[in-house]
Amino acid sequence: MMSDLNAQAIKKYGNSFLKEVEANVEEGEWVKMCMQCGVCSGSCPFGPHWAHPPQEIFMMIRAGKREEVLTSDSMWMCTSCYNCIVRCPRKLPITHIMHGLANYAHRLGLAPKNQPTRVFAKMFWDNIVKTGRVNELKLSLGLYFKDGLGPGIKTALAMKDIGLGMLKAKRLNPLELVKGHGCKDTKGIHAMLKKAREIEDRRKGFAA
Amino acid sequence: MAKKQYAFYPGCSSQKGASASNYLTSVQSMCKVLDIELTEIPDWNCCGASIGYAEGGELPRHVMNARNLALAEKALPGQQVVATCAACWLSARETKERLAHNSTLFNDANEALKEAGLQYQGKVEVRHMVEVLVEDFGYEELKKPVVKPLEGMKFAGYVGCQTNRPFGIHGESFENPVYLDHLVEAMGGEAVPYDQKVTCCGGALAFSEPEKSQKQIKDIVESAYDHGAEFIVTPCPLCQANVEIYQGEVNKRYGTKFNMPVLYYSQLMTLAYGGSAKEAGLDGQVIRAPKLEAFAAKK
Repeated sequence: MMSDLNAQAIKKYGNSFLKEVEANVEEGEWVKMCMQCGVCSGSCPFGPHWAHPPQEIFMMIRAGKREEVLTSDSMWMCTSCYNCIVRCPRKLPITHIMHGLANYAHRLGLAPKNQPTRVFAKMFWDNIVKTGRVNELKLSLGLYFKDGLGPGIKTALAMKDIGLGMLKAKRLNPLELVKGHGCKDTKGIHAMLKKAREIEDRRKGFAA
Repeated sequence: MAKKQYAFYPGCSSQKGASASNYLTSVQSMCKVLDIELTEIPDWNCCGASIGYAEGGELPRHVMNARNLALAEKALPGQQVVATCAACWLSARETKERLAHNSTLFNDANEALKEAGLQYQGKVEVRHMVEVLVEDFGYEELKKPVVKPLEGMKFAGYVGCQTNRPFGIHGESFENPVYLDHLVEAMGGEAVPYDQKVTCCGGALAFSEPEKSQKQIKDIVESAYDHGAEFIVTPCPLCQANVEIYQGEVNKRYGTKFNMPVLYYSQLMTLAYGGSAKEAGLDGQVIRAPKLEAFAAKK
């Protein structure tokens, strides 16, 4: 399915990756405005961890390096601190472009499978959609046990001091496992999100 | 003082038994003194936070926020939406702005909202609680109810990211915002100069890639110590949680001996207004603040 979407996109945009980004990535039409000054890369708190900082990603998009960009783990390093946005001399919405690229790569099935922030981000969205509100306990446990029972128990044990501290401070409720917080109109929320996804898929070329 | 009324968006982390439940406790105490009436938006949902983009995408994320705004417009007409959580405020404001400037997104969002029987008009204003304090009250007004100034106590004001960028509090600089320092001073405390006040705490990556975010947390807490602070104070639930609860992990990783309480501005205000430790939510600290507990017990 996902590879079909990818093949379809390659066919449609040929060698113009910039056009593809402009059409399908949130705020992607701004990419061509980058003047390569590097302020974003220098301002990023996670700069040292990126294989390709934002400035480089923008140049790679313009150079048509589709595969390298969409399979990169770089966009997943964005913590949404918005430092790049407020400092960019050309006012590019860099944070949003990074989010958009990450989402696009993820939807095409090209984002690195085991990138931990990608895994967590998906778990987070699935978690909030279920009842309309985050279930912090299920989210944390889900993250600990993402690689199976064995590693999960190991992580949970390593993190037990944090869990106990939160429990003692009444900022973690074990009952959330059975009866968590949630919205009343989950049915309406699900219908609304289904429709939103349909519209977005149609607009962004995800529709089959 | 005239009673002020707002449509309240507490956000997931402020719910009972959730990670910022003590924030809500202290906000309620603070609002009681200031005669602020917060009416919860009925059936509000999660904003998608900063990490929701990856699976949610653009429109579904905006629709989640538009639903809250539509509910506020319907149930509490004329009232501004006030969020206490930085991420809730940012997400809701971002949606308001994006839909206002993009008629396609606006129409698409409303087409989706129709499925939940709702309509978003784009009328309601979205504000953070600190905006309300600073702009609708002002420091002089906030000072009036102080009965127990926090004299001789030193706070590192940790503003963090999302109440500061990309929107920020009106008139503040992104590099050196001073509203939090002014709030501390209005309560009689000392705001220490502190070079990590807008550093990112690592956000959601504290969960997914802890080794990277813990470096951020280490720098923040270390700088607070270096500048003589006894406490860190913040307006953001994720900053609070990340910087407080991972200090133990940072100690293991870096051989440090950090043990600095991390509080909310609303907790300081509750205490300065004469509130008890319980009213200020001090029992909700993972790193307890015995000095503040003793202060609260003092008549």
